[in-house]
Amino acid sequence: MTYRVVVDRDLCQGHGVCEVEAPEVFSVSKKGELTVLDEAPPEARRAKVELAVQYCPTHALRIEDQIEEA
Amino acid sequence: MTTTGLREPGQVSGGEAETGHLEELRTDPIGLMQRVRAECGDVGEFRLADRQVVLVSGAEANEWFFRAPEEDLDQAEAYPFMTPIFGEGVVFDAPPERRREMLHNQALRDKFMRGHAATIANEVDEMVDMWDGPGEIDLLDWFAELTIYTSSSCLIGRRFREQLDGSFAALYHDLEQGTDALAYVDAYAPIESFRRRDEARRGLVALVQGIMERRAAEPPPADDDRDLLDVLMSIPNDDGTPHFSADTVTGMFISMMFAGHHTTSGTAAWTLIELLRHPDELAAVVAELDALEVSAEELSYQALRSMPRLEAAIKEALRLHPPLILVLRVAKQDLEVEGYRIAAGKLVGASLSVSNRLPDAFPDPDAFVPERYLEPRAEDLANPWNWIPFGAGRHRCVGAAFAMMQLKAIFSLLLRDWTFELAQPSDTYRNDHSKMVVQLAQPCVARYRRRERAR
Repeated sequence: MTYRVVVDRDLCQGHGVCEVEAPEVFSVSKKGELTVLDEAPPEARRAKVELAVQYCPTHALRIEDQIEEA
Repeated sequence: MTTTGLREPGQVSGGEAETGHLEELRTDPIGLMQRVRAECGDVGEFRLADRQVVLVSGAEANEWFFRAPEEDLDQAEAYPFMTPIFGEGVVFDAPPERRREMLHNQALRDKFMRGHAATIANEVDEMVDMWDGPGEIDLLDWFAELTIYTSSSCLIGRRFREQLDGSFAALYHDLEQGTDALAYVDAYAPIESFRRRDEARRGLVALVQGIMERRAAEPPPADDDRDLLDVLMSIPNDDGTPHFSADTVTGMFISMMFAGHHTTSGTAAWTLIELLRHPDELAAVVAELDALEVSAEELSYQALRSMPRLEAAIKEALRLHPPLILVLRVAKQDLEVEGYRIAAGKLVGASLSVSNRLPDAFPDPDAFVPERYLEPRAEDLANPWNWIPFGAGRHRCVGAAFAMMQLKAIFSLLLRDWTFELAQPSDTYRNDHSKMVVQLAQPCVARYRRRERAR
């Protein structure tokens, strides 16, 4: 099973919590614009991404699990 | 947008006076807003003099409200009572894009939070240092003074904070009390609270002017000690004179501190009141803090994270007693929500106090039940458009994370060394809703004494 990182752009305010939790996956510019560096991060990073989702102050992030087609 | 074939929102009962529902908004705003929902449903109207106010509630209408772009629902003109407080030219709020930049500049970004936690701990320590045996505090005055020190120290800088005393907090309180909804008719009407508001603003300008003059006469501080005021004072006009007047600087500081002041102060007071009303919840919070062994020196951001019981108590105080009860916008064009037409020019509001107590989202809505935030209930996350003490969407309070961190820092220190009890009958603690800025009604006294605890 793989997963994708989904951002609700209406909610993101650029606090930068995700960047602190998972710098390999999220980057927040000086102007507060979020770039998702890796929309489908490896399973090994899932724990960090989950922390980013959990602590996002505006709940703008979520993880979408994807079932791979056979 | 084509808006033919849509219904007009229903008008709530009452409001026969010339100024419509203004007097009711000034005396019992929550009752008014609850009646709008009871009589009209998710979308209804009341009237402030010659302005219609469309009040929305419920998850669907709230989501529409909070996701609406500036071109549809604009915030800038919705708060006429703030202009005399901030001063002309200091905006109440900026567009979301600009807010993102300000968030970065205003040191609210996550990476600065760690330093702020220590700063706040320090301010709590200084305030309780004055307590030597048992005593009493007025919860409104005490938390208001504490949060003046914490917000000035975190947002403007340590050097500025050290030049303040209780007089700044007293003047600031008069500003906050100058938010009478009468401003929707005339923000300069000849009433006592507006007179005191304007006098308080002049007093704050004089105070800041004095600080600026003393600094101008002193040698410049070391780079590490420079605060926001030093930076602003160092910006010249083309002819070399200072760019920012004391009046402008004061307006900027007032506006920076405004959103985080009465809100945090009131939530701190209500968290304490509710915990004292519910001894079992208090015991659970204290046990959680004792297990963490927090000390002021090592009060870390990481430690603050692992306080689910305290966090749940704060969230529940916020849900029951949101420091803002009504957020407003102006419809910039004809709009549609749930089949209703909202004509351009109308005020549109979302009610935090109504949404936070919808029984479908929050079972037993009037009860203080911190468990509702613990897994698996997590009712705040499950109801993102109804659990809205910080608003939601684009204009959600950018200081929400700072506020939660600050409240956790305050209580982790207060409850470590002190015990409290209510000094009045429990039901006499209530909010004063006569102003748009909600504050505790006085008296609101609590007793403290040093905690006896095996170390």
